Amino acid sequence: MPGITREEVAHLARLARLELKGEELDHFAGQLDDIIGAVARVSEVADQDVPPTSHPLPLTNVMRADVVRPSLTPEQALSGAPAQEQQRFKVPQILGED
Amino acid sequence: MTVIDLESYEDALATYDPVMGLEVHVELGTKTKMFCGCSTELKQDANSQTCPVCLGLPGALPVVNAIGVESAIKIGLALNCEIAEWCRFARKNYFYPDMPKNFQTSQYDEPIAYDGYLDVQLEDGEIFRVQIERAHMEEDTGKSTHVGGATGRIHGASHSLLDYNRAGIPLIEIVTKPIEGAGARAPEVAKAYVAELRELIKALGVSEARMEMGQMRCDVNLSLRPNGTEQFGTRSETKNVNSLRSVERAARFEIQRHAAVLNSGGTIIQETRHFHEEDGSTTAGRIKDNAEDYRYFPEPDLVPVAPAREWVEELRGGLPELPRLRRARLKEEWGVSEHDMQSILNAGAVDLIVATTEAGAPSDQARKWWMGELARNANETGRGLDELPVTPAQVARVAELVAAGDLNDKLARQVLDGVLAGEGDPDTVVEKRGLKVVSDEGALSTAVDEAIAGNAAIADKIRGGKVAAAGALVGAVMKATRGQADAARVRELILEKLGVEG
Repeated sequence: MPGITREEVAHLARLARLELKGEELDHFAGQLDDIIGAVARVSEVADQDVPPTSHPLPLTNVMRADVVRPSLTPEQALSGAPAQEQQRFKVPQILGED
Repeated sequence: MTVIDLESYEDALATYDPVMGLEVHVELGTKTKMFCGCSTELKQDANSQTCPVCLGLPGALPVVNAIGVESAIKIGLALNCEIAEWCRFARKNYFYPDMPKNFQTSQYDEPIAYDGYLDVQLEDGEIFRVQIERAHMEEDTGKSTHVGGATGRIHGASHSLLDYNRAGIPLIEIVTKPIEGAGARAPEVAKAYVAELRELIKALGVSEARMEMGQMRCDVNLSLRPNGTEQFGTRSETKNVNSLRSVERAARFEIQRHAAVLNSGGTIIQETRHFHEEDGSTTAGRIKDNAEDYRYFPEPDLVPVAPAREWVEELRGGLPELPRLRRARLKEEWGVSEHDMQSILNAGAVDLIVATTEAGAPSDQARKWWMGELARNANETGRGLDELPVTPAQVARVAELVAAGDLNDKLARQVLDGVLAGEGDPDTVVEKRGLKVVSDEGALSTAVDEAIAGNAAIADKIRGGKVAAAGALVGAVMKATRGQADAARVRELILEKLGVEG
């Protein structure tokens, strides 16, 4: 039976940059375990002859010609930015790197 | 900065066997990004080439660039790879502001090309086969500027500024299988591989592959194992090594560093490392995330790519002559040594010389100008040969003027100087600077008479049979004519007037 442990939820929370309290970890671990269990039932039904599906439509090779289309203006591009400087997106200090 | 212990290269190799993995990212030369129609033109205003797709705005849908896929297949075929019959894109999830989507669209376990090889030639002519694991399609990230820290480094920065013009530009990542058996030549193999790959990419016409502009970047993964053992040691990953020389230096440095750590009883940490051009050293970066931490999953917004076999074969049929084989052919045609051919390659002069011969110049003349005067100028001005403001056709014209006797070598150099200085094409420079060889026999004769009169002692020596002394008089005439005389003709005249047989 597949499942998810409290430690795995804590790890995922870290990767997702979510700060979870102890009781939240317990809570979400239980909920996620239920969801994974429900999804796992699909695997029980699907036999060897049913390949994993990532795309619901039987389409391949949808491509675009290499032709330039108009971009947003810098003003439009930055219009949703919480902060900007020198026509660039301004982001907080990046930690945990370098 | 901490001091890093290094073992001597020889001692390191006496104990350990290096194993390398090379990852090369090539920015394709497409007009538009990989998944949207934004322009890829460089050096544009910050954030002037973005759209909802490459900014990762909700609801935006990517569509893959057909030329991006075609280029990936061409690269795969040129690297003797299998081309996938069906493959998907995948999301590589990570939080870093260089990708506004919070994931990079890449390929995971279904690369478009896999299982190939590239034969590379080492300095002594030996052919080394580098096995290729895969080549896959992905996209470049945005450009960060770190503000507030020392010298623009991220460390100590108060905040960062992001320009997403580069985010989404097509990249092909080419990954080798572990390179074993190179021994002490591992750094040389690494350099030769990247050099050959760059030539190949250029020959395919899919990218200009200029390393100095970041269009081609190399990560050097390296580990050591005790000689005679099989199991790989822990590797370090030196990121963004961006010149051929640096690739060689980074591999060499890591061999020496690993050996020192291992010899002192320490363990190598699997981490990324930063390469420093100034002294060829590397310093620790971040501890490497496990692959599963990227939580790859198939990209739901892009449908699978299933290149038709007819298309693949059509592309295979259109592949150019492989650069290594082309160089071997040209080496024969030009009658040059392996060493000379290597120098021509290193100078980036192969295509320029070919173009110059195609414009009518004999190959020895084409080589002479590109590898002599022009290489010197490129060196002094810190430019690549192909960045000089002179065309192969203009060089061919200079060679033609020399062959016709209108210019001598000295004047030809001045003509090239003029062309490089933007004074116009060779004929215009000759005209404007008055650089014709003095072919007026009367003027030459007068200059020779004056030289003889002014150097009576030397003239006597020549009359007495010391023909070699004529050089001094030729020099005097050349000086008097400001180099615009045909030296061979001057010499003939001198000997004639002094009644000596040449």
